[in-house]
Amino acid sequence: MRSTPLEPKPNRRLRAGQVLAGFGIATLIALIFADLDLARPDPWLTLRRIGAGLAAPDFGDPAALAYAAALTVAFAVCGVFAGALAGFVLSLGYGFAPLRCFCILIRSVHELFWALLLLGVTGLGPLTGVLAIALPYAGIFAKVFAEYLAEADPAATRALPRRTPPLSRLLWSRLPLALPELGAYTLYRLECGLRSSAVLGFVGLPTLGYLLETDFRQAQYGAAAAALAVYLALILPIRYWMRLRLAPLWLVAGAWLLARHPAPPMGDGALLRFLSDAVPAPLRMGDWAGLWPWLSRLLGEQALPGVAATLVLSQLALALAAAVAVAGFPLIVRRVAGRAGALLGHLSLVLSRSIPDYMLAFLILQVTGPSMIPAILALGLHNGAIIAHLMGRQGDALTARLRPDAPRGLRLAAWELLPRMSGNFFALCLYRWEIIVRDSAILGLLGIATLGFYVDAAVQELRTDRAVMLLVVSALLTLGIDAFSGWIRSRMRLSAPGMRRAEPETAEAA
Amino acid sequence: MTAASLLRFEGETLSWDGAAVLEGLNLSLARGERLVLLGRSGSGKSTLLNAIRLKLEAARPAPRLALVPQDPGLVPQLSVFHNVWMGGLDDHSAAYGLRVLLHPPARERARVAPFVERVGLAGLERRRVGALSGGQRQRTALARALMRGGDALIADEPVSAVDPRQSGDLLDALAQRFPTMVLALHDPERALAIGTRIIGIRGGQVTLDRSTRDLTLPELHALYAA
Repeated sequence: MRSTPLEPKPNRRLRAGQVLAGFGIATLIALIFADLDLARPDPWLTLRRIGAGLAAPDFGDPAALAYAAALTVAFAVCGVFAGALAGFVLSLGYGFAPLRCFCILIRSVHELFWALLLLGVTGLGPLTGVLAIALPYAGIFAKVFAEYLAEADPAATRALPRRTPPLSRLLWSRLPLALPELGAYTLYRLECGLRSSAVLGFVGLPTLGYLLETDFRQAQYGAAAAALAVYLALILPIRYWMRLRLAPLWLVAGAWLLARHPAPPMGDGALLRFLSDAVPAPLRMGDWAGLWPWLSRLLGEQALPGVAATLVLSQLALALAAAVAVAGFPLIVRRVAGRAGALLGHLSLVLSRSIPDYMLAFLILQVTGPSMIPAILALGLHNGAIIAHLMGRQGDALTARLRPDAPRGLRLAAWELLPRMSGNFFALCLYRWEIIVRDSAILGLLGIATLGFYVDAAVQELRTDRAVMLLVVSALLTLGIDAFSGWIRSRMRLSAPGMRRAEPETAEAA
Repeated sequence: MTAASLLRFEGETLSWDGAAVLEGLNLSLARGERLVLLGRSGSGKSTLLNAIRLKLEAARPAPRLALVPQDPGLVPQLSVFHNVWMGGLDDHSAAYGLRVLLHPPARERARVAPFVERVGLAGLERRRVGALSGGQRQRTALARALMRGGDALIADEPVSAVDPRQSGDLLDALAQRFPTMVLALHDPERALAIGTRIIGIRGGQVTLDRSTRDLTLPELHALYAA
């Protein structure tokens, strides 16, 4: 009898069908627990009023609009460049594990959460807005810059004399080689920064989001439509006015504007007070035995339901995003939609991409009333449009290489393009998953009972210790989803072109 | 090792990527020699050059080396001046290097000028290397080595991309600047003209190691025969 060789069993490959089945079951379970009530008795009435406002935007206060637009740009530019600078310095030590953990930590907390925390330290002033963008972006920049620098052509570094000082090595070979990519990535981040900056208005910072929110709350839909129009007029042509050559100009102008903007008096020791408040209450009182009851109550009554709602919401949003992506990518493939159709497709995808999911959710919420529906729609549309855009561009490039007698129209999309891009589709959805979870937590600020809802409540009650603990839970959840998604990707052996970096936005920038 | 000897291989096996490329290598290099490696592509010339470089770098005191690698390792985003000046980057502090990177003082430009002129790139100092032709890039790499100077030069096909009519002149420029040279070339005629000794590599072995005085072209062409 032959003995069987004892080889390590190779990991079984996960098939797309298995992943889809698991995903379908998870979506069904989420549907059971989701709160999908239409709370508004008559959404059509509100919709009609909003429609009337959109049709006749009210530019009655142009000075306020212009100032809010300028501040939106100023927060974005100053925040992103501060983050890029800090991220560059951090990237030089990215090989050092504690520093890497620090970067992961600061980027796993969303800009809006940073803003909420910072309100207690720096108040409702310019510094809060800049830091809220700069802190998480620094963690992202550090990671991406470190990768770009490590991937610079090694031949130039090898050709340097052996005893060249390390700083000279960096400045003369790796940095100039990677500089074009660092610049392109920073430019892309400026666009993200503009979205973040607008959304910061929803926690009270004086950007366009603030105007949008207050106008909506006062049912001044014409004025709200004007704020939205100004925002779109900024972000849609951003490629034309946000150039690296112009960046110093924007930076100086932005810094000047923010320096002139009044900062609230915070009193001495605001930071120390904040840090002491962040320590769990029982520990502050010296009551170590009280720590466990405090923690178990917080985790059981807030963190656990918050995590559950976040997961339910993100699962449904991911399902919608996947559907939007599959239905939406053919819209921008010329051989499917035709030249004019592709143009229209681009327009609709750009619109859903450019409006931040938080703002979109807020807009839909005004119509539907509070439930998970606006959040699902906003997250699904925004993220689905991003995936559809990436897939559509890939599909457009693919059509040139197809056989000459390949079908056209929808048959082309269904038979030739989608099967070829299915790997990429899974990869993009799995990359986007982490972001959807992160943003699902944030949407709690709008009153949906995800983690952000409890964080917001803790901040309102000035219970910084609870807010910090819930943010830790939120960060761990994001990291956990990231790890799980990475595990599925590796078991499916997915490596979509241009998706090598763990940072999914890089593919968008490409 | 005598004072004139720079390095010696005794029955060593050199490998690349885990596979033996050259077996039972016996080789020595003395000061003032101009060693030329010949052989078909893939025969192990670059592996041998690399081994020679590592040995020279490990020697105490280490001789000052200048390199012209096969991939010249230029930085396309920087100007010709900067790429050439980079040859002496280890002679300066990082702070002075930063100053030259941002705004080169006139005396540094003057220091680099003769070398740029010697390789025929005068007037192109401010041009980005990324905008140059392949031949001009190789000349930039040669100027960088000339600017560095030193006890020995190690160059891998340093004139492969330049016009054949000028390659002899460029090799002469290297010979005037460096007392000791180890070159990999693919042109036997140039090898005879510039070298003092030829190393022929074939089938994973050094099959030829002789002074150029008593070598003829047909013997060298035999190295390339099928």
